[in-house]
Formats: sequence, C-alpha cells, structure tokens
Amino acid sequence: MTSVARAAAPAVVPRTRRWIAPDTITAYALISPAAFLMLVLLAYPFVLAVYISTTDRVLGEPGRFVGLANFARLAGDPLFRQTVWNSFVYTAATVALKMVLGVLLALVLNQPMPARNVVRAAVLLPWIVPTSLSVLTWLWMFDSLFSVVNYLLLGAGIIAKKIPWLGDPFWAMVSVVIVNTWRGLPFFGISFLAGLMTIPKELYEAAETDGAGMLRQFRHITLPFLQPIIAVVVLFSTIWTFADFQIVYVLTHGGPINATQIFATMAYDVALVAGRIGEGSAIALFLFPLLAIVVVVMLRSLRKEAM
Amino acid sequence: MKRLLTLWLPLAIFLAFALFPFAWMTISAFKPDAELYNLRANRLWIAHPTLDQFRALFAKTDVLRWLVNSFVVSFLTSVIAMTFGIMAGYAIGRLRFPGAQAFGTATFITYLVPTTLIFIPLARVVQSLGLSNSVWALVVTYPTFLIPFCTWMLIAYFKSIPRDMEECAMIDGCTRIGAMVRIVLPMAIPGVIFSAMFSFTLSWNEFVYALTFISSTTYKTMSVAVPTELIRGDAYFWGELMAASLLGSVPVAILYSFFMEYFVSGLTAGALKG
Repeated sequence: MTSVARAAAPAVVPRTRRWIAPDTITAYALISPAAFLMLVLLAYPFVLAVYISTTDRVLGEPGRFVGLANFARLAGDPLFRQTVWNSFVYTAATVALKMVLGVLLALVLNQPMPARNVVRAAVLLPWIVPTSLSVLTWLWMFDSLFSVVNYLLLGAGIIAKKIPWLGDPFWAMVSVVIVNTWRGLPFFGISFLAGLMTIPKELYEAAETDGAGMLRQFRHITLPFLQPIIAVVVLFSTIWTFADFQIVYVLTHGGPINATQIFATMAYDVALVAGRIGEGSAIALFLFPLLAIVVVVMLRSLRKEAM
Repeated sequence: MKRLLTLWLPLAIFLAFALFPFAWMTISAFKPDAELYNLRANRLWIAHPTLDQFRALFAKTDVLRWLVNSFVVSFLTSVIAMTFGIMAGYAIGRLRFPGAQAFGTATFITYLVPTTLIFIPLARVVQSLGLSNSVWALVVTYPTFLIPFCTWMLIAYFKSIPRDMEECAMIDGCTRIGAMVRIVLPMAIPGVIFSAMFSFTLSWNEFVYALTFISSTTYKTMSVAVPTELIRGDAYFWGELMAASLLGSVPVAILYSFFMEYFVSGLTAGALKG
C-alpha cells in the first residue's frame, strides 16, 4: 500500500517523469480511489479491531488497555469453548455436505435435458435470494407447532413423531446445517458444473471403448479434472461458513442454550447486545487465523498455477 | 430406464429441495390467517387465496420505504463499486507497472475478508464519520466488499482481451484512457454486466452491516427490516412475514431471469480462474 504514496511523488516533480513509464502513473491514478477506500474502511478497522480487543471497552466508555486479558478470559469461558466447537462442527458438516451433494448436482446438471437454462436458474435460486428472508421461511417451516417439514415427513410415514427442529440442541444444529447446505449448494453445483464442462468428451469415449464402467470413469477422469475447482470452492466456502452470521442469527439466534452459537453471533451478542465491545472484538478476531490459513493456501496454489 | 435413475430422479430431488421453501413462502403469503394456522386443512393448498397479508403489511409497516432503501443503497453501491472496480481492474489487468502483481494479490486477499471480522470497529469508524443510522453508512461501507469482488472479476476479463486492438487504437491517436473506454470496456461487457448484477445482489442481501449501523425503522433495508421489525417479541405474523419475504426476493429473482445467461457464463468463466 506504500506504493500509492510513492506514485504521488513523480506527479509533483515533473523532471523525474521521464524515468517513469506513463503507464505507471496511469495505473496508480486508476487504483488510488479503490485503494484509499479499502485503507480507510477495511485496513484501518482491522487495525482498530486488534487495538479494541486489547481494551476493556464497554459501550459508551473509552476503556483501558488490558493486554491479552480478553483472550485469556475467553479461553477459560465454557460458553466460548462451546462456540469454538460449534463453529467447527457447523463448518465441517456443511462444507462436507455441500461438496458431496455439489458434485452430484453438477453430474446431474451436466446431462442433456429439456429446458436446461430454466433448470439451472431454478437450482441457483436459493443462492441469490436474500438469505435473511429465505431463512425466515425456514424458521416458519421449522415452527414448533406448524412445521410443514414435520407435516410432510409424518404424512409420508418417514418419521413417527414430530421432530423438535429448533427446540432441541442437537436438532437445532441439524437445522442450521440443513439451511446452510440449502443456501450454499447452488454455488458448489454450478462451479463444479463449470469444471465438468471443461473435460474433453474424447476421454470418456476412450474409457468406454476400454470397457471402463461409470464408477471407474468418475474416479479416473471426472475427479482428477474437478479436483482443482473443488479445492478452490471448498476453501472459499470454509472461510465464509466459518464467519457466517445471518443463518444462525435469524434461525436460532445461537440457541437453544447456545447449542448453535458461532463466532460471529457470539461476537455480536457480546459487543452490541451486552455492550462489552473489547471482548466482542476479541471474539471476532478468532476468525482471522483461519482466514490467514485459507489465504496462504490459496496464494500458494495460485502461484503454482502461474508457473 | 437408466436416465430415470441418473437424471430424472436425482434432478427431481434437487429441485424439490431448492424450490420447496419458495413454494412455501408463496403459499403462506396468499393464505388467510384462518387457513394458515389450521392444522386440519391441506397445508400445501390455498383454499381461499387472498391479498389480505399484503394489505396488512402495507397498512401497518414501512415496507415500501424499506424496498426503496434497498433499491437506493444497492444501486448507488453498485455504481460506485463498478466505477472503482473497472478503474483498478483495468490497471492491474492490462497495464505494466511495478507492483501490479502485489495489487492483484491484495485484491484477492481483501475479497476473502469476511464482513463479520471487522463489523465492530467499522461501526465506530462509521460513527466518527457522522454516518451512523443513515443509509449513507451502507453506501460508504458496502463498496469495501464489492470493490475487491468487481476488481478481481474484471482483472480476469480485461486480461482475456487481446492487446493488439488497444495498441492499434493508441497508434491511431487514442489516449490510454480513450482506448480503455472505447475499445477494451465494450469487449468486457459480459464481465461488466455480471459484476454489476452480482454487486447489486450482494448489496441487496447484505445483513451484518445494515443490522449493526442502522437502528431507525425508516432507514432499514429489506433484508434487515423484515426479520427485525416484523417480529415483535414472541408474536410472529407468518402471513405478513412471508408476504414481505416474497416482496424482498422477487426483485433479485427478476434481475436474474433477465441476465441468467451472463450469470452462468460469468460464474463459470471469471470466478473460478483464480
């Protein structure tokens, strides 16, 4: 980011302009508005987050520097430990489900079918519609008294008695996992479909003449080709699911008895509902290590591809 | 027979899973209360379709205002993000200058930063800018996640356009910026449309910032107003809630029905090159 400052210099001292390619000046001029906004509203708040997390700031008071006290306290807080566990369960379960179902969905969508574009658009719908509103619909579908999901499952004879979707710690986690999978699956499916479309048809024809069955074709042609895209999509989804907020906030609000509390919802509750801003910032910062890992892995694979 | 097992059956299951919530949203929005809460009725059918839920919604709440807020914020932020994104994307994707790669990497990293990581301190920044509790808080902050996305997408599109055409134009006397606007930009139109509509959708759907920065009913956007203003304590008016959810969902669904082709090709072309 310091290069922005360096770019400003040649404009002031015209004598040096000769030494710098005109493209460089144009480039920095074009980048600077975006860079400025990102510095003020992304980089600065991040630094501020680190600072606030080392204070005992509460709503309306400036707060004192307390070092790592917030983090130390969180480490011993059973509620926070549960939040950590929940976040990992939530992320692992949904990403795994979305990955497996996403490959299946892509394999289905890749076949010739009538009204193909309409079908693809329909499949994509959960991903583009405002999440808070569709999750509200799921809240209604999981209603303790009027749940239409129970109505259908009971009617079909799949279950014998009502499932307490949001009222029971186990089922509440199942519910948020189902809803997150529902919302994220289209992105996985369509991305994998894009990958499938790049596989040369000749490979399958050759495998067919060699007598390889569907399963072997899938293992030895489809999967190796899809693997890079699967890796990228899984990494993206991991960080976004880990940092998810609205599905849990609207559906369970972290409950019952914190069974679905995850990092972002707990940070919100602690910082903005309870007003303990220092501690809330510390909780939100726990999203950073995973982000850093994802970034490093992604950049490595990008470099490898470039070379 | 084989197609039934490999295509039709799984396709039917996937479609039912994807679409049932929308069917349920629609059914609930057009049902009278008496039917909505009648456990003996056929719940998947509307015996007496009615617009009462919508009428009540418009009479009792600021839903029109929320829709307008969503439109204004999404439109303005998309324009801002596209302008800055096109500028930065063009520079990083097509100009040769020291630090181009570093800026590309920085774009990618900022693209990955989740909003929940910085929403608490950002609330303070918004406050010190004097923008708390107004739609301007959103107009200013949404570009922070839209610009990296647009820039990243457009870098890929700009890179794919052959250099010769632009160089020809410049030899013919076009300036760098002139060549960008007249030659390169028109060729990147699919990428521009895709980024613009996706920016609009991301803004329309944003939740955390709008929930944190805005407290007055009148300044809320649809995605936050419906779950926070329409649920009071333990009272859930499901008919109105579903009617409002439908109203908030239809605009983006319409947008996509018009530009679906750009969207699928955009998603498959640019997004995954990274």
